[in-house]
Parts: sequence; C-alpha cells; structure tokens
Amino acid sequence: MIVRQLADELDLTVFAMDDPDRETAGGYCGDLLSWVMGRAVAGGAWLTIMSNVNVAAVAALADVACVILTEGVQPDPALLDKARLQGVNLLGTAMPTYACAGKLHGLIG
Amino acid sequence: MNGDDRIHLSYQVEGGDLTRAGEASSGVKQTLRKLGIDPGTIRRVSVCMYEGEINMVIHANGGLAMVDVGLDDITITLTDYGPGIPDIDKAMQAGWSTAADSVRDLGFGAGMGLPNMKKYSDEMKIKSIVGVGTTVTMVVKIPS
Ligand SMILES: Nc1ncnc2c1ncn2[C@@H]1O[C@H](COP(=O)(O)OP(=O)(O)O)[C@@H](O)[C@H]1O
Ligand SMILES: [Mg+2]
Repeated sequence: MIVRQLADELDLTVFAMDDPDRETAGGYCGDLLSWVMGRAVAGGAWLTIMSNVNVAAVAALADVACVILTEGVQPDPALLDKARLQGVNLLGTAMPTYACAGKLHGLIG
Repeated sequence: MNGDDRIHLSYQVEGGDLTRAGEASSGVKQTLRKLGIDPGTIRRVSVCMYEGEINMVIHANGGLAMVDVGLDDITITLTDYGPGIPDIDKAMQAGWSTAADSVRDLGFGAGMGLPNMKKYSDEMKIKSIVGVGTTVTMVVKIPS
C-alpha cells in the first residue's frame, strides 16, 4: 500500500508528505533512536512519540516509508521543517501506539 | 567511476549540537544515491555513519568524518580528539552508555550505537587512547 492510501485508511494527520506514492510494508514501534536505526525495516512505517528534529534524520537514514507520531503527539517546529526539507513523510494520529500498530498490521503486515 | 578511482568525501562534524547532527550522514547518503549505489548498501552505510557521527557529537566534541567510495566497498573513517574510550569491550556491549540525561531525553544514549555499527559493517576497527581521541574505521562491502 502507498503512504497516501495508508493516511486515508487510518485517517492520519498529514504534517509532511513529499513522497505520497512510496510503497510501505511492515513497521516498527520505538522511541530510542538507535533501536530504530538498528531494527526498523526499510520501506516500513515507524511509530513513535518522539517529536524532536532528530526524528527526520533517523527516518531518512533508516529509509522508512513514513513516520507516524502516535498518542496525539505534535512535531516540534524544527522537525516539521526538517521533514519537509528531507522529503520525509510525517503523519500523526490521536490513537495510542498499540491501537495504531494493530490497525497497521491488518493493512500492511 | 572507473578503474581504481575512488571518491573521497569529508565532513567536519560539530560537537555538542544535536539539532544539526546527522548532516554529514545525510550528505553521504545523497552522494551515494547520485552515484547509483544500491539502496541496501546506502542504508547500511547510513546506519554506520549516523551512529558514528552521533557519537562524535555527544561523546567527543565533534570530529572529522571521511568516506571513501570504491567499486567494491565504502570505507568510513571517523576521527575525533575527544576523551577516548577507556574500555572498548565494555563500550561495545549492547546497552552500555555514558550518555547524559539531556541526550537521553532526545532518544539517544541507548547504548546501541557501536553494536549497530558492528552489525551493519563488514569490518570495524576502533583505536582509542584516553585523553587523546578515537578513530573508528568501518568497511561496508558493495555486493557485486
Ligand atoms: N567517539 C567516542 N569518544 C568517546 N567515547 C565514545 C565514543 N564513541 C562511543 N563512546 C563510548 O562508548 C559508549 C557506547 O557507545 P554507543 O554504543 O554508541 O552508545 P551511546 O552512544 O548510546 O552511549 C558511549 O556511551 C561512550 O561512553
Ligand atoms: Mg552512540
């Protein structure tokens, strides 16, 4: 499924979506950046409550298809800028991480 | 790129400033993309380089990152004049970290950086002298 479709299906807030046609499959939940770096799957969705600027670099370098800020977390202004600059798909939801991951699992495995 | 030509990239990494950390790694990623390196190799280099870059920022007051791109491999050399690593075996252990709370609040300092660098590189060497500095060299092979 592509990121734009995923955002529609789960009614996600779009903070930045420079690459809406990126295919996404699988995912990773975590807030410790080195765990994400080491474990996130390329092309997957990354669910986190971290909202600082470093999230953009980690997402880009770990090559995830999109970041989903869960639990209603809003991105810091610097993260928003960086996500736009680096072409990182940055989405959000009021859903708790667990609930969001559950729904994602049904959609993209 | 032809024959034995290798491409050399180098970046000065500023110490302490975590808002700018990752710029060198992002620059390398962009260059590797332009060179047509495969996404899997780019990702491995990115993980190794980013973890090393972050370590220079948070543990060593910055340093120099050099990346050398050949046809068969990419070599990353990170040199700093920070405090050095007293016990490298301990530093390599998953979860071991001396990072400050302020750094942990941002999601760093999980003690997984060096293990990630080891996991995603084909060769890794650490030379460190306490009070002098640290040089980390990593080689990522490009699948043919
Ligand atoms: N370049 C460096 N200079 C000095 N100490 C370092 C350096 N790199 C790593 N270390 C030491 O090794 C420890 C483990 O590093 P790492 O696995 O990257 O975990 P983290 O950075 O999360 O603490 C660090 O907490 C630090 O004490
Ligand atoms: Mg580290």
